[in-house]
Amino acid sequence: MSDTHNKEVDQISGVETTGHEWDGLKELNNPLPKWWLYIFYATVVWAVIYWVLYPSWPLVSSYTKGVLGANQRQEATAAYDKGVADRAQFADKIVAASLEAITQDQDLLQYALANGQAAFGDNCAPCHGSGGTGAEGYPNLQDDTWIWGGKLDDIHTTLLYGIRSDNDDGRFGDMPAFGADELLTREEINQVSNFVASRAGVETDADVDLAAGQVLYEDNCAACHGDNLEGIQEVGAPSLMSANYLYGNSLDDIKAQVAAPRNGVMPGWVERLDPATIKSLTVYVHSFGGGQ
Amino acid sequence: MSADTETHEGGHSEEWFASAKKIYPMATHGLFRRIKWTLLFITLGIYYFLPFIRYDRGPDAPGQAVLIDMEHARAYFFFIEIWPQEVYYLTGLLIIASIALFLMNAVAGRIWCGYLCPQTVWTDLFLWVERKVEGDRRERIALDKDPWTFGKIRKRATKHFFWLMIAWWTGGAWVLYFNDAPTLVWQLLTFQAPMIAYVWIGILTTTTYLLAGFMREQVCIYMCPWPRIQAALTDEKALNVTYRWDRGEPRGSLKHNKELAAQGMPAGDCIDCYQCFQVCPTGVDIRKGMQLDCIQCGLCIDACDNIMNKIGKPTGLIAYDTDENIERRIEGKEPVYDIVRVRTVVYAALIAFVGAIMLFTLLNRDFADISVLHDRNPVFVEQSDGSVRNGYTVRLSNKRRHTRAFMLHVEGMPPNTLVEAVGADSTFAGRPIIEVGPDTTREVRVLVSSPSWEKMPQSTPVTFRITESVMGEVVTTKDTFKAPGEP
Repeated sequence: MSDTHNKEVDQISGVETTGHEWDGLKELNNPLPKWWLYIFYATVVWAVIYWVLYPSWPLVSSYTKGVLGANQRQEATAAYDKGVADRAQFADKIVAASLEAITQDQDLLQYALANGQAAFGDNCAPCHGSGGTGAEGYPNLQDDTWIWGGKLDDIHTTLLYGIRSDNDDGRFGDMPAFGADELLTREEINQVSNFVASRAGVETDADVDLAAGQVLYEDNCAACHGDNLEGIQEVGAPSLMSANYLYGNSLDDIKAQVAAPRNGVMPGWVERLDPATIKSLTVYVHSFGGGQ
Repeated sequence: MSADTETHEGGHSEEWFASAKKIYPMATHGLFRRIKWTLLFITLGIYYFLPFIRYDRGPDAPGQAVLIDMEHARAYFFFIEIWPQEVYYLTGLLIIASIALFLMNAVAGRIWCGYLCPQTVWTDLFLWVERKVEGDRRERIALDKDPWTFGKIRKRATKHFFWLMIAWWTGGAWVLYFNDAPTLVWQLLTFQAPMIAYVWIGILTTTTYLLAGFMREQVCIYMCPWPRIQAALTDEKALNVTYRWDRGEPRGSLKHNKELAAQGMPAGDCIDCYQCFQVCPTGVDIRKGMQLDCIQCGLCIDACDNIMNKIGKPTGLIAYDTDENIERRIEGKEPVYDIVRVRTVVYAALIAFVGAIMLFTLLNRDFADISVLHDRNPVFVEQSDGSVRNGYTVRLSNKRRHTRAFMLHVEGMPPNTLVEAVGADSTFAGRPIIEVGPDTTREVRVLVSSPSWEKMPQSTPVTFRITESVMGEVVTTKDTFKAPGEP
């Protein structure tokens, strides 16, 4: 502003006015409070110091780096590496120890369970649920029903290589599509399904020849699912004795599965997770209570 | 309060804000001054040297008598070791402390403020330094007005140096309560101590230096809530530092009052010498009566008694007394001192009661603990054989300094119930035995399976009981067993 306007001095306070007036009220030109002004100057000085020390100004294809060389990506990487290094003392022992030995060592067990819980939440929970209770098509890991075996070594193998996965060492079971491939007629599927339902305690249709169903079962199913429907874990054929089926417990669900089975896929984790984490996961899943 | 009516009319400006006047307390001597020095030595002595007292707790435990070990979440006080979940002992101490404050107040006013409060004690120490370096009241007033000569700079620098030394030592002693004192002292000397130690020393050096060196009585008058509470708690029977105006008034110079007395006119014992005002660390004129600014340190009593001795009058013109007694003397009655009255007895009884509770809980303290957390997802699991399983996360605490084994039993379940603990060291009669290391906790996953869930309700109350293997110490906690049954 220039000095052209008349510097009017307020009579009462003795302070110069700015010349702004609203309905007779004039704005006093009091100076800014000193404490405020000095803090403002300090922030200006701080900003300049910051520009010199830290990354600040964007350039065309880069930015000013700052003389301290601060870099948050490097800090994060360093923190991650430190975390890995800190955990190495346990991770190395986990890798070296057998699965049974891990469950019998207080410290290793505690570490494996904690590590397993975290890894389970990150990798397994999307299909098996955060509590490991599964869903239709995704096995429940809490109960004692295991398709490929619930011993520590079985769980470990399944985790490492997966089921029907890309991995050559993966577990592979392939139930024939009795309906879609026309191996059985509609009536035969009806009979064998009712037979299985009758043994598992599921309500059956009224006028179905269960004896014929049993013959069909023995001819077509018993090779994998066993003579007494007990299942054979080596080939991944689940027990059919009780109605806790992966794809539903109603008669219709059974018929659907006989006619055109769905075969779920679990990835192998050997290429994705480190050996210590996979072992930790094994112990953690086993500790749910269903482990054998 | 200055009148400012002129401002609007006359148009001349006047400062609306007045800084607190600087106070130059004069040195005095006498009974209360000696009490204050004694208490200063005792309280600061405890504060500065307590961390160095050793106490043997065995090879794996810290050997410091008083220690708050944040890293391992333990607090030690000689033979007592407190875990974080036992912080209610601290609550008990705080309750006792506050009732003790009320009791002091009911007996003799602001004993805490005048003699024991850190603000008073450190201010006293800082004032002593100031007096040693710059001289007493008159010299300090003169020095403030002097121009900045070499001598003044030297005095000021010396004073602030010693103040900062005391302040630094105050902060330094504080951090020693949180770490092994000799180790930390060595680390501090060799600049290897953790950064947090330097930060806390810095903070407490600053606060001590500012509060005891500069803010002094303003802390008591403007910052501290206790004077306000104290004013509401006091009663007419409580002893307070009191000017006995019945004896002192009308005040006048020694000569003037002697003349008055000679003429048979009323003349008081107060010779208006202002000694009581000049020794006061908060700048109070006690002759105006009880007031918020007065911390009741008793120094004015000493100052007045010294004068009374010099002019040959009885001491006690200012003394610990009550307003009620002044009224009684005017009426010609004997003064009464009721230290034992309902209020003081109730406070003392409350202190004894809370203290007894704390002592009882301390003597009957459990050295083991169990906490149980029921699985939330899933709440229960149905097995292929029809049984139902519940999962729990159980944490056992062993507060002894040796490894102990605990047998876990779940009560309230049918007899054929199976109890397993993942990682249990062994079992006895189907009950898992879990070892817990010295002075630590251990978390185990406990699985409870019952084949007879169909007869059970949706929720069955159960009790988790751990029994220590050698001494048979038993601790229990309650939880539930969930089943898909009828509600």
